[in-house]
Amino acid sequence: MVTRTPAAAPAPEAARRARKRRGEPGGDVMKPTRLRGRALLVAFAVLAASLAVGLMAGAAGISPRAIALALLDRLPLVSVHSGLAPVEEGLLFQLRVPRVLLAAVVGGLLATAGAGYQGVFRNPLADPYLLGAAAGAGLTVTLVVVFLGGDAGVTAVPVAAFAGAVGGVFLAYALGHTAGRGGGTATLVLAGVAVTSFLTAIQTFVQQLKVDELQRIYSWILGDVGGGWEQLRMIAPYAVVSTIAMLLHGRLLDVLSVGDEEAVSLGLHAARVRFGVLLAASLATASAVAVSGLIAFVGIVVPHVIRRLAGWSYRIVLPLSFLGGAAFLVLADTIARTVLAPAELPIGVVTAFVGAPFFVTVLRVTRRVGT
Amino acid sequence: MSGRAVPAIEARGVGVTLGGRRVLADVTLSAAPGQWVAVIGPNGAGKSTLLRAVAGLVPREGEVLVGGTAVDDLRPRRRARLIAYAPQSPALPPDMTVYDYALLGRTPYVPYLGSESAEDREVTRSVLERLDLGGFASRRLGHLSGGERQRVVLARALAQQAPVLLLDEPTTALDLGHQQQVLELVDRLRLADGLTVVTTLHDLSLAGQYADALVLIAAGRAVAAGPPARVLAEPLLTEHFGASVRVEAGADGRPLVHLVRPPASPAPSAEES
Repeated sequence: MVTRTPAAAPAPEAARRARKRRGEPGGDVMKPTRLRGRALLVAFAVLAASLAVGLMAGAAGISPRAIALALLDRLPLVSVHSGLAPVEEGLLFQLRVPRVLLAAVVGGLLATAGAGYQGVFRNPLADPYLLGAAAGAGLTVTLVVVFLGGDAGVTAVPVAAFAGAVGGVFLAYALGHTAGRGGGTATLVLAGVAVTSFLTAIQTFVQQLKVDELQRIYSWILGDVGGGWEQLRMIAPYAVVSTIAMLLHGRLLDVLSVGDEEAVSLGLHAARVRFGVLLAASLATASAVAVSGLIAFVGIVVPHVIRRLAGWSYRIVLPLSFLGGAAFLVLADTIARTVLAPAELPIGVVTAFVGAPFFVTVLRVTRRVGT
Repeated sequence: MSGRAVPAIEARGVGVTLGGRRVLADVTLSAAPGQWVAVIGPNGAGKSTLLRAVAGLVPREGEVLVGGTAVDDLRPRRRARLIAYAPQSPALPPDMTVYDYALLGRTPYVPYLGSESAEDREVTRSVLERLDLGGFASRRLGHLSGGERQRVVLARALAQQAPVLLLDEPTTALDLGHQQQVLELVDRLRLADGLTVVTTLHDLSLAGQYADALVLIAAGRAVAAGPPARVLAEPLLTEHFGASVRVEAGADGRPLVHLVRPPASPAPSAEES
């Protein structure tokens, strides 16, 4: 039988002294978990290194020194002689630089979108590809390419991709919600897989109707970041808007991580936050898919590694995922175009090769923890 | 506080229907400023639902007033500055630190897309010190014991600086010693800060020991309310819990509830855990 004690027990004070004896951290460590300058610096360094590798690797055999000089020459107020022939310089600036940059942007978008979806669904396996966002965008883009074609198609592609991405996620979420009430992590992923297969089937059907467009669609589906400056310009506004929108929601995703009900009791409009992040992540996915086709696993692998290395908070995971995703995809693209040179491997093959085993590992670990 | 003061929290005619099932009907509850009200009742009676309805987490009928203002007229952030709620089994992300978790209590004070101010961090720091969690600040939630976890959840609720504290079964899954520690802590904070506390408690003796007033919920209705000595009456408990009990006055006059084996097999009275 528990009864009231006449006076509060002095136990806490004793416990504090005991902790001090054991040398455990005291009150001076009361700092919020935030993105630290050092982590940001490391991420930028990794990105810079991978960009350098991406720029230097290639069939033409231009020397790293010449590339560095040529890049320096492009800076305002700097004039150096790179010693590159006009053809080499054209190759560098019309093919390789935009390609590397596009890979970086697409990788950053996919990884940040993955982190955003993971926050919204409180599910470490959420990913633009597995959720049906990529397949939805893939289907609508194919429809546009096949039925509008030509110039009309080019301008309609981002819009179509966005509508498809949002539709795909919505389908997967609705299906996961009705299929498994409280089913958790696996249900949403299974629903996403089902939606992805279904939408991909429709897409295949559509593309078979127009066999003359097959080559174009097919190379797009397998993933390609060789779109050049034009495509980079096309997605830039969407990329900037969606990335900023997601980064602004870091704190709110942290609040959501304790559950909707508690978030609401803390005065947060949980549904509104989810909706906002969902839209931003789908816009990011859509802009990536619109120029690069379907590239899987970047959205799972990168945020997961960031979480392990730098911390749980979405205020850390979102920005570092962008930098990490950019670096990852630049390297993946470099591998894709060098490993079978002069032939090119689709970039999606490289990311899947790394990502699929990784995915299984994440699944095993989360199952064991029981979340 | 005089008995005629505006209640700190008041629920009038609260009804809740969940999934087509009537869970609560016409429940009234009122707590004067600084009072501790415990909601008791058998399993599935609707105790937690009542708390969640008062906290605005489930759709409800009826009225909830905080300091005389209808909560439905308040913006969510404003409401969260007046009512803090701690669920029975809160989600504690295992990698989150104690400090970060307590800091979440400042959410109603942080601008939508902004971040926590120095004041928010200071309030959180002082709350943690006060609950003697200072040394735990950088500890991850996944590495805490049951008693520590309960204190951390309390810290988050206190960081909200709301005058009304709704605690759903704050002693669930704690052993005797930790149950007592947590309830003593709540009582100390209540007296120090003049907080109004509404808890659900499945342990009748604990409810009788700590609360100023009890509300007995059975099958979704409030069947008795008032001071512990009146609500913890043998006939009422027998009727609504289907239990054979004996109630006696403790040293301080508060009722103690004992489970008694039914007469068929006489045995010394067993203590209720």
